[in-house]
Amino acid sequence: MSKLKVVHYINNFFAGIGGEEKADIPPREMQGFVGPGMALDKSFGDEAEIIATVVCGDSYYAENLEKAEADLLEMIKKYDADLFISGPAFNAGRYGVACGAIAKAVEEKLGIPSVTAMYEENPGVDMFKKDLYIMTTGNSAADMRKAVKKLGAFALKLANGDEIGTPEDEGYHVRGIRTNYFHEKRGAKRAVEMMLKKVNNLPYATEYEMPDFGNVTPMPAIMDLSDKKIALVTSGGVVPTDNPDRIESSSATKYGIYDISEYDSMPADKFTTIHGGYDRTYALQDINRVVPLDVMRDLEKEGVIGELADYYIATTGTGTSVGNARGFGEEYSKKLLADGVQAVIVTST
Amino acid sequence: MRLEVGKIFINDIRFGESTHVENGVLYVNEKELIDLFIEDDRIKSAKIELAKPGESVRITPVKDVLEPRVKVSGSGTNFPGVVGNKVKQVGEGRTHVLSGAAVVTVGKIVGFQEGIVDMSGIGAEYTPFSKTLNICVVIEPEEGIESHAYEAAAREAGLIVTNFIGEAARNLEPDEIEVFETKGIIEQAKMYPDLPRIGYVCMLQSQGLLHDTYVYGVDAKKIIPTLMNPTEFMDGAVISGNCVASCDKIPTYLHQNDPIIEELFEKHGKELNFMGVIITNENVFLADKERCSDGVAKLARLMDLDGVLITEEGYGNPDTDLMMNCKKVEQNGIKTVLVTDEFPGRDGKSESLADAVKEADALVSCGQGNIVITMPPMDKVIGTLEDIETMIGGYDGSLKEDGSIEAEIQIIISATSAFGCNKLTARMH
Repeated sequence: MSKLKVVHYINNFFAGIGGEEKADIPPREMQGFVGPGMALDKSFGDEAEIIATVVCGDSYYAENLEKAEADLLEMIKKYDADLFISGPAFNAGRYGVACGAIAKAVEEKLGIPSVTAMYEENPGVDMFKKDLYIMTTGNSAADMRKAVKKLGAFALKLANGDEIGTPEDEGYHVRGIRTNYFHEKRGAKRAVEMMLKKVNNLPYATEYEMPDFGNVTPMPAIMDLSDKKIALVTSGGVVPTDNPDRIESSSATKYGIYDISEYDSMPADKFTTIHGGYDRTYALQDINRVVPLDVMRDLEKEGVIGELADYYIATTGTGTSVGNARGFGEEYSKKLLADGVQAVIVTST
Repeated sequence: MRLEVGKIFINDIRFGESTHVENGVLYVNEKELIDLFIEDDRIKSAKIELAKPGESVRITPVKDVLEPRVKVSGSGTNFPGVVGNKVKQVGEGRTHVLSGAAVVTVGKIVGFQEGIVDMSGIGAEYTPFSKTLNICVVIEPEEGIESHAYEAAAREAGLIVTNFIGEAARNLEPDEIEVFETKGIIEQAKMYPDLPRIGYVCMLQSQGLLHDTYVYGVDAKKIIPTLMNPTEFMDGAVISGNCVASCDKIPTYLHQNDPIIEELFEKHGKELNFMGVIITNENVFLADKERCSDGVAKLARLMDLDGVLITEEGYGNPDTDLMMNCKKVEQNGIKTVLVTDEFPGRDGKSESLADAVKEADALVSCGQGNIVITMPPMDKVIGTLEDIETMIGGYDGSLKEDGSIEAEIQIIISATSAFGCNKLTARMH
């Protein structure tokens, strides 16, 4: 079996190219392993080898995020690696952020499994733990030997597609990713056992800590709509009959923007709802029940609202993750703003 | 109230001249079963198919799963108050069960929310109904029929067939008899004065419009929280009429075999005193949520409980009912453990629930339903694969050319059921 090809990222300091005064050096590449890469390479045994090391100054990376990433990706790409490793960064903040950013970019854009390592207080942990496995380390390079050993072993697992255990078992920072597994006892039994502990004031561990959703501060109320441009947004799954964007009936990963400029009312033969979370009978009888175009046109004619946007925006609400919903909103609100929309009516189901 | 549940272990199902049990084999006659409901104007045609554990069989879209039982003594019949059965109090006397067999209602989609039962392969690992011997009632609805009428027709056919098969158990000698008994509140409390008094709040899906549950034939939307004896469930007092997301659907079978009730009885009189069940609903209006969560907390207090387990059916909107029940019960000084499932997105990175309160500090997770798996093709499909891509958990491209299915596990019946019938759970990575 041929060895897995690994590309390693380190900063100028660990590459032996000066200290802080050289932190502004742009990306460069070197063949084989460099600095801490030697121990890492050794930890792989016969299974993998570092074929190249890419280096960048921490200040340069921080000040030229996009260019540094693009240039590094260009360098890394040509090695056709099986695995990408950055760091360990320990508690070096700028280095940790760079290690996280480049590992994330390599994984997402080049599709190469990537991992890094740093100390828990390194800001890179919070910034990238949801995107990456970040192995835990001590707070300084004094922990290098241990850190590299753990990083190397885990990296091989990742590259081989082996099952990854819990953060405690593997030694990575908790990523905040909910993963399934089969317990030895069924849920009902665990629930009764948890109840017995709780009611007897014994310690117990909940299987899911309550999330903090954060708060969205509402905008002040609009007192006069007569000069405002309004748009309709719905999570009720209303789409053109052929569902051109193939929006899912649940757990939506997409939203659609659909033209309604030529209609005074939602035509039943042109639109449908593909939402899987409610009975569609009454929506299908009259799509205006979910996207109230008929009423909005009346209000437009009566001058209650200034005008209605030429399109509405739709997704499916049921089962759609908060992350996806947040992403949709952030994205389409830019379009709404660019189109001069001043208020939206969001209909749910 | 005291109920003897006599189980007749069924180890095979076959077609036969008549419906009967012989040496642990349940024989069913297709025509006999179909004739029971085929005159229903809402049904065009029907057939019976059998599916056994380990077979290369995929059953979909599955609407409900039911267990054949019969009341041998005590008042009432199995599934009281529906399909012509008289409304009589159940939960006492003796009930016989054809244990290991199940009736599965199948037919083209009603409303996106029916699911899959695979009898082998990875999909089979997620559903409890890959382990039962399934008598599938496959229904073809009359063309142009309204979806509520179709749902009702399929539900009623399932109940009628199940009770007919259950009759076969009437005169059999059970292989095992279990006795379940709950006394009146005062007497029950006195029986085990040193053990914590534990109750169970069972939230019934009642969002309406194909998300319904029936209690003695009453639409659960119209109930206010009430007290039930655990044995009433064993006699089919509560039945599923819903097409809620299939992974956390509570089919009638699970109401008849409620794992929470089983586990509470397991420790009853030893480590806890199981006082009874409070049923409540999951209506969509806030006023209903307020009224019913108040009612749950009040009943828990009137029963002088020390703790309650709360289960949920469905996700999203009912998460609010779950949290309101939890908060109000805890505010009365009664401890809660919640049992539910999670929907944090395919990447597992989002919040798992749609609502949260700080009082919800003890939760059992029945797994996250958004995980994508690929189920291999099966030699035989009972039902149709037509709707796979629009069923909840499916998406464009879910059905592969070779018949395999890539989908979120929420497409699998009871995969993450919040009755805790499975071992699946989730943890933080």
